[in-house]
Formats: sequence, C-alpha cells, structure tokens
Amino acid sequence: MPFVNKGFHAKRPTDGGHKLPPGQYETQDFPVLTAGPTPRIPLVNWEFRLEGLVESPAKWSWNEFNALPMQSFNPDIHCVTKWSKFDTKWRGVSLDTLLEHVQLKPEAQFVMAFSYGGYTTNLPLADLRDGKAFIGLEYDGKPLTAEHGGPARLVVPHLYFWKSAKWVQGLRFMAEDEPGFWEDNGYSMHGDPWKEERYRADDEPTPDNARFRL
Amino acid sequence: MSRPLDWQLATVTAIRPETPRVKTFVLGLPQFRPHRAGQHYDLRLTAPDGYQAERSYSIASPPEQTGEIELTVELIDEGEVSGYLFDGVAVGDQLELRGPIGGYFVWPAGPADAPLLLVAGGSGVVPLMAMLRHRQRAGLRNLAALLFSVRTPEEVIYQQELEALAAADPDFKLLITYTRRAPPGWAGYRRRLDAAMLAEAVALLPGSPQCYVCGPTGLVETAATLLQAQGLPDAAIRTERFGPTGS
Repeated sequence: MPFVNKGFHAKRPTDGGHKLPPGQYETQDFPVLTAGPTPRIPLVNWEFRLEGLVESPAKWSWNEFNALPMQSFNPDIHCVTKWSKFDTKWRGVSLDTLLEHVQLKPEAQFVMAFSYGGYTTNLPLADLRDGKAFIGLEYDGKPLTAEHGGPARLVVPHLYFWKSAKWVQGLRFMAEDEPGFWEDNGYSMHGDPWKEERYRADDEPTPDNARFRL
Repeated sequence: MSRPLDWQLATVTAIRPETPRVKTFVLGLPQFRPHRAGQHYDLRLTAPDGYQAERSYSIASPPEQTGEIELTVELIDEGEVSGYLFDGVAVGDQLELRGPIGGYFVWPAGPADAPLLLVAGGSGVVPLMAMLRHRQRAGLRNLAALLFSVRTPEEVIYQQELEALAAADPDFKLLITYTRRAPPGWAGYRRRLDAAMLAEAVALLPGSPQCYVCGPTGLVETAATLLQAQGLPDAAIRTERFGPTGS
C-alpha cells in the first residue's frame, strides 16, 4: 500500500478520451525546455542526413526535404518534466518515408539523433518505424519556431519528449545502444512514459546502468 | 544500501514564507544523499483513490546542509501540487521524494573555476541560490554575480540573505531589476533584461564567466540569446526553464 497524502485529490480531470501517463498533468501551453541557447539555422545551410550503418548515406537540403511526401499527425505528447499535451497538430515526414531512401545494414538496431547545437538522443530503431516517428516541420499550421526546435525536429510521441530531438540534423544508425545528451546526464535509455522510464535508475537493470549514479 | 532513486518518506521540519506566493519547505530525509548545487528532487503526491501527481523542485539548500534539504516552491494558480503544499501541508507531515536528480544544470564549484554569472527570473533563483550558498559554505572565492529580475519588491525571494551576502562578500555582486514596480528611492535597474544590463553584469566578471540562467521561458530565451551576442560560447551558457506550467 503506497503512502497516501491526506486531503490530496486530482484537481483537474483530463479531457474525455485522453489518458495521462503516471505522474503527468495536462497543460494547454507548449512549454519550452532546452539546456542552452536556441540555435538559429539558416535554411540555405540546413541539411538532414541518414548515416552510420547504412549501405550508403542519404542527405537532403531544405528544398529536397520539403519535396518529400508529408503527412499530418495529431499526437498526445508527454514531457519528463511532468506536463502532457493532448492533440498537438503537426505536419512532417514519416521516418518510414525516410527509411525508404537507405538500405540499413542488418546489425543496425539503435539510432542516435544528432542536432544543430550539439544535442543528441538515442532510440531503439524499432521505436522509429511503423508510423511511430516523424520529422516535424509545421506545428499548428505554421512553420515550427526555433524555440520548439524549428526548422525541423524529430517527433516520437510515444516516448518522453526529450527523445524528440529539436533542431535535428540527422540520424546515425548503430549496432549498440549509446547514451545521448540527457541519457549521459542520468535520464532513461528508453523513456516510455507509460512505464515511467524517467531516469536511468528506472530502466531495467543491466550491467551498464547498475553502476550508474545520478 | 538503497538505490539512488528510490522514493523516500521525508518529514516536514519547518515551513518558511519567503514572499506572499513562495514558501520554503525544510524536509528531513531518512536517506540524505549529497547533492550538487542546481539539482532537483521529484515530489509525489498520492490521493486515497491512487491518483498520483509528480513535480520537480530545485534544491535551495547547499550540499553542506546534511540530513535535510530545502525546497522553495512557488504557488501556481490552479497548481495541483503547489496548491496542496501551500494549503494542506504542516510541520510534521510526510512527503514522498526522490533525488537528487540532474547532471547538467549544476555548478561544479572548484576554486579554479571560472567566474559565475547567475541570471534569474522570479522563482528561477532557487537553484542559483543553492550555488551561492554552496560557494559561501565551501569558502570559494570565485567572482560571482546574480542578476535577478522580479516584478515587484514583494517578490524578491531570499532578499535579506542575498543582501547580507552582497554586503559581506566583495567578490559577489547582486543586481536586482524590478520590471513593474521598484521600491521607493530605488536607484538600480527598473526594466526587463536587456543587452546593456547583461553587458554590465558580464563586465563585473573579468575572464569568461560560466553562466546559469533560470526562469520563465521568455526571460531565459532573451538572456541566453543576449549572452551569446556578448561573445560567450554556447557551452558556457546553461539554461533551465520554469514555465508557467511548472505547478
């Protein structure tokens, strides 16, 4: 039986049909969380790359990328800092579309997303396929603003939102999992909000994270 | 030996009002683990029906204060957790906590470290206060400046302690700016953060400072962009954003 705080009750019932992962609360805002200054990337210099364990790397300029087939997607998103936001409105390119442009080597099982400004975050490849992940270019009908990761960010709604790398520049395919920026700073290697995988200590024990201390 | 992030049941040993909307909760921990200045704890409330809410709160106390931590909490309108802490929690009550958490927005605090430029908006001062208290308790002499943006004189969290620190320590400079209303006779800044203000703060710290910026998103965006424009490298500018949703 967990500890109960006397007199504490949920203050805000959530929208009908939506579910909050454990410990989360709903917000109507779109909070900004970034570890340093916001990079501003001129579109003429922008490029997006798929590299690492691929038969040959792929690269797109801004115009080339915008010529790819796009789709709308309206996910609920969940930040590890405890806010969740329902029915966000995005447009962008599915990772499935991008993966049609490269031949992955069979040992590719993990991905490191890397960003302008030096941010990185790691994901299992399986979490990016089958309609689960996008490169978002528009939010709420407008180009994605720089504070929210524009011109383009990774959007992986079923994981905590730090996995949705802002200012994304490319994906590197890897055979072994490696921690990215926040993961190196003690956050979960996977980040499933429904399992409350917030910190490394919340991950299934492995020899690597058993010795990890925040 | 428990795992570092197990939840533990802390006891509220004191509650101090800081401003009309900010209180400090002193929490005795059965498992005190030394933290680094800038880290936070997660606090979890559980309702009788099993509903749980969690929030992260920065640690205000320095690592030298052992056996307990202090969390300084701002009351947020409609805040589910802050509202409960303000109305429902008294000395002697228990609260579930886990931490310390966070490995990035921390000040490493060595005597040879660069000067320290702290920029705070409102309750964003809390993790920066932990850095200043740590610097003082550890006897470090790094040049340090705090540029603190508040709306009104009633909202200066830790005012007496900050003023006493600035009076006693020639290596620490306190710069307050009042954005809505200044105290009578105030000769200092009375405007939002701008380039001139940040340039003056940087000029107090010869050598390239390490910067920690914490506050509402708009202030953090402005300050970080202006510090970049001062020529400080991105790696020297660490930010933490307290949005209006940080209830």
